[in-house]
Amino acid sequence: MKFFAEIDVMPRKEILDPQGKAVRLGLHNLHIDNVGDVRIGKHIRLEVEAESEEAATSTVDDACRQLLANLIMEEYSFTLHTA
Amino acid sequence: MEATNHLPVDSPNTGSLPTVDVARKLGLLPDEYDRICDILGRKPNFTELSIFSVMWSEHCSYKNSIVWLKTLPRDSERMLAKAGEENAGLVDIGDGLACSFKIESHNHPSALEPYQGAATGVGGINRDIFTMGARPIAQLNSLRFGNIDLPKTKRLLRGVVKGIGDYGNAFGIPTVGGEIYFDDCYNTNPLVNAFSAGIVEVGKVAKATSHGVGNPVFIVGSATGKDGIHGATFASEDISEKSTEKLPAVQVGDPFMEKLLLEATLEIIASGHVIGIQDMGAAGIICSTSEMSAKEGFGMDVNLDLVPTRQANMQPFEILLSESQERMLVVVQKGKEDVIQQIFDKWDLHCAQIGTVTDTGRLHFYRWGQLVADVPAHDLVLGGGAPQYHREYREPAYISEFAKFDINTVADVTAGELKTVAEHLLSHPNICSRKWVYEQYDSMVGTANRSTNAPSDAAVVRVKGAGLPQTDKSIVITVDCNSRYVNANPNTGAQIAVAEAARNIVCTGGEPLAVTNNLNFGNPYVPEVYWHFVEAVKGMGAACSRFETPVTGGNVSFYNQSSDDGPVFPTPTIGMLGLMENPDNRMTLNFGQAGDAIYLIGSTKDDIASSEYLYSFRGVKASPAPAFDIEEEVAVQAAVKQVIKDKLVVSAHDLSDGGLFIALAESAMAGNVGFSIKTDAGLRTDAFLFGENQSRVVVSVSAGQQAAFEAALSASGVAFSQLGEVTSGDFVIDGTTLMTVADAKAAYDNALGTKMS
Amino acid sequence: MKFGVVVFPGSNCDQDAVDALTLMDQEVVKLWHKDHDLQGCDFIILPGGFSYGDYLRTGAVARFSPIMNEVIAHANRGGYLMGICNGFQILAEARLVPGVLLRNTSQKYVCKNIYLKPESKDALLTAGLEKSAYKIPVAHGDGRYFADADTLKQLNDHEQVLFRYCDEFGNVTDEANPNGSLDNIAGVCNAAKNVFGMMPHPERAADIALGNTDGRLILEQLLKAVLV
Repeated sequence: MKFFAEIDVMPRKEILDPQGKAVRLGLHNLHIDNVGDVRIGKHIRLEVEAESEEAATSTVDDACRQLLANLIMEEYSFTLHTA
Repeated sequence: MEATNHLPVDSPNTGSLPTVDVARKLGLLPDEYDRICDILGRKPNFTELSIFSVMWSEHCSYKNSIVWLKTLPRDSERMLAKAGEENAGLVDIGDGLACSFKIESHNHPSALEPYQGAATGVGGINRDIFTMGARPIAQLNSLRFGNIDLPKTKRLLRGVVKGIGDYGNAFGIPTVGGEIYFDDCYNTNPLVNAFSAGIVEVGKVAKATSHGVGNPVFIVGSATGKDGIHGATFASEDISEKSTEKLPAVQVGDPFMEKLLLEATLEIIASGHVIGIQDMGAAGIICSTSEMSAKEGFGMDVNLDLVPTRQANMQPFEILLSESQERMLVVVQKGKEDVIQQIFDKWDLHCAQIGTVTDTGRLHFYRWGQLVADVPAHDLVLGGGAPQYHREYREPAYISEFAKFDINTVADVTAGELKTVAEHLLSHPNICSRKWVYEQYDSMVGTANRSTNAPSDAAVVRVKGAGLPQTDKSIVITVDCNSRYVNANPNTGAQIAVAEAARNIVCTGGEPLAVTNNLNFGNPYVPEVYWHFVEAVKGMGAACSRFETPVTGGNVSFYNQSSDDGPVFPTPTIGMLGLMENPDNRMTLNFGQAGDAIYLIGSTKDDIASSEYLYSFRGVKASPAPAFDIEEEVAVQAAVKQVIKDKLVVSAHDLSDGGLFIALAESAMAGNVGFSIKTDAGLRTDAFLFGENQSRVVVSVSAGQQAAFEAALSASGVAFSQLGEVTSGDFVIDGTTLMTVADAKAAYDNALGTKMS
Repeated sequence: MKFGVVVFPGSNCDQDAVDALTLMDQEVVKLWHKDHDLQGCDFIILPGGFSYGDYLRTGAVARFSPIMNEVIAHANRGGYLMGICNGFQILAEARLVPGVLLRNTSQKYVCKNIYLKPESKDALLTAGLEKSAYKIPVAHGDGRYFADADTLKQLNDHEQVLFRYCDEFGNVTDEANPNGSLDNIAGVCNAAKNVFGMMPHPERAADIALGNTDGRLILEQLLKAVLV
């Protein structure tokens, strides 16, 4: 079965996100003043061929842990759906 | 205010006072815990215990190294600040200007998160420079990695180089040189040492101090998060599998913030209203408040509620110990708060008054309306109450084994082998071109790097920057340490590191002035490791005295060892500052034109000990340090200085890794020419071509200058010999063409890039 | 002619641009990004660096800095405007020149000397350049020029390509392309030919003390053209 994984990788919440901070400054330059905290991460879409949803979940989880997210600094979450 | 005999509020977790067991977990010895109780006249609460644990960690207190560091030469007429007195060394370079320079390690953070570890290392060393009011103008770095064929090494190298590049490039200070070595001993513990040099007008230097009761204390720059809490303690332990679990929130560098902080800091210092300023690096707020207060015996009352934080409800110890980057502590003249505030507003930076200077000599920290810590500043700091230890040391058994090496057990190279050895060395990761690395660094921003289009043994950087007066002077800077030599003989090896740094500066046309050192060693509680340290400091001290290059400061990094690989090679990296008064005195390493004569200044010995050839081609790991005599070195450098000054040479290049052959090849490749030389029948061919005995320099001389050159050398009394001449493109040894300059470049230029791709 | 160099937070080649123009005896001032006053400058330069840390996209945040209102109005009036490196990225984000700058193909920052072949025969910056190749430093992570086919045709048809990366003899080759730019494009101008953008840094090769003055030759040609 073919699954699609929608993965979000975000800087861990206690970790400084310089990019988010600079973007917030830029928004304030545009007078979009009511924006508070900004945090910027990555969205990754994967196609997974697997026997079951459990197997697909485990594959995506592995991919996130080993490569897609740096667990020292980032956390990840994902959703799975079928084609 | 509460009386000091009244116990401050306690540990957030337990409600009871922490035990000696908790102290041990924080890295304090039972004796140290008792000492804290004596100092306070009562038992410390958790916040206070945390304070002592970081301030008395090796990283902040140098407790296991200071008794030996004090033996290093620290004075010369040019010193404007003594070692340890300010954030970095300060050297008078004339014309009313001073150079502030320092090297610092970020080894442990880089081992776990190479990108951020290296980036924040670059950030930290630059803050040390600009907190003194000096505008950084150039950076170097000294890196050590494990076996380059391991995937882990490649990951670390990629991360570290990208981290240094991304931070330094955005910050906008050129990275103009450095060194990289690979050896299995660094497989678990890479070394990342970052060097920065800046320029300040004499008399406009900012100090890391505090005085004047009632003067406001500001925290400026980034908000405070939970980054790197107990990071300083972390840097004071061996790396183990468990380290990753213990890891505090990784410090993330923000070079953009650092650039703003640089400009704002230089502006507030120029305003004349700053009493004292200190960067917040290891141990954060507690380190800067205590060190600045202890300097002149003042105290501070600080309300931690006023510290801008990234997270709500941070505990007092978290705020005090946070190692969030890009922050400064500033004491300002009372009444001038607005001036400071306006400057920080201009640069969109946080600037918050968090306390005032007192005359108590104590630090009072408040949180949520209560006194949470009450500690004497003096007792926290190096030179005050921080402990100083004499550690046991013992010569390791291998040293005498190494000394037994007999050159006759190694067969000399045959004529047929020469090309193989040459190619092995040209493409060896410890020798080949560092292009793959340095092209990722902005080496030209600031339009002051004079080495971009004219390569030399040390980097030449014009003294130039926004707001600085005009001058013709350049600084000449280098970082050097062959740790294989130091491992073979720490005393001689450390002397060689100093000598090589000085030789590089002399070969570039500069005058060596002063040293900053980065002492990277294993666990100081291991007597054999501590012996490395003691011997290296002795050797360094002797050499620095002889070269009249005092040690202005630096950094000690212990615990570079792992349970699997043991300690790293002892690596006392030398960062040396030299000066070039007259721009015309600069010398480059590239050969000029075919027909120029090639000479060797210094004498070659039948010595292959600790050479890259012996170590990696012959596979002999056990041999002593290469031959070195400091008086011979001094004489050779004096002779080289003279012939450069008298404009008798076209090029000068010192012999180091790979010996004579590599020095000739590098000079030839840089000039896109070749060379033809004769070997010495009285010496082994391998020793002549690939041996690394010290105190030698290859120069080239135009035909018209040969007589004058020979006369000058003869008068100096230093040994010299004509090796041969520059050719149009062939590398010729004893009449046989070994390869062409194009062949050599093919092996040399892309070897590292190929390994990394 | 009065030059103004805009200083954004994170600019780091502003002083280098000022120094190069000062060496050439030009009047030059720095313009702070929060101001709304071009101080009577005739020629505006957006310098290199990492404005706003290059976060989000290079040039994306700086493009909305307060002074950009005046800079854009100046360009639209036909005033001279030049962006170097990060300045070029800001011009592209502000749509003042066609195309975009993407991450280098190597995915790595690159700093080295490269060679530039002047292309446009009628743009002020290049029309009078005579050498076949100019040795100029590049220093960027996001310098891969890209434009769609229609835009590319427009650039070529209207002599809007200023420079292409080449070897030291002026041959435009793949090996000479440091970042994967489309057709080796290193710099372009707008259709009206008063706004110039280029990734390489001529201001870094303007001082004899650094051993390379090819950048100065380019800037001198520009001065000759705009001062008439």
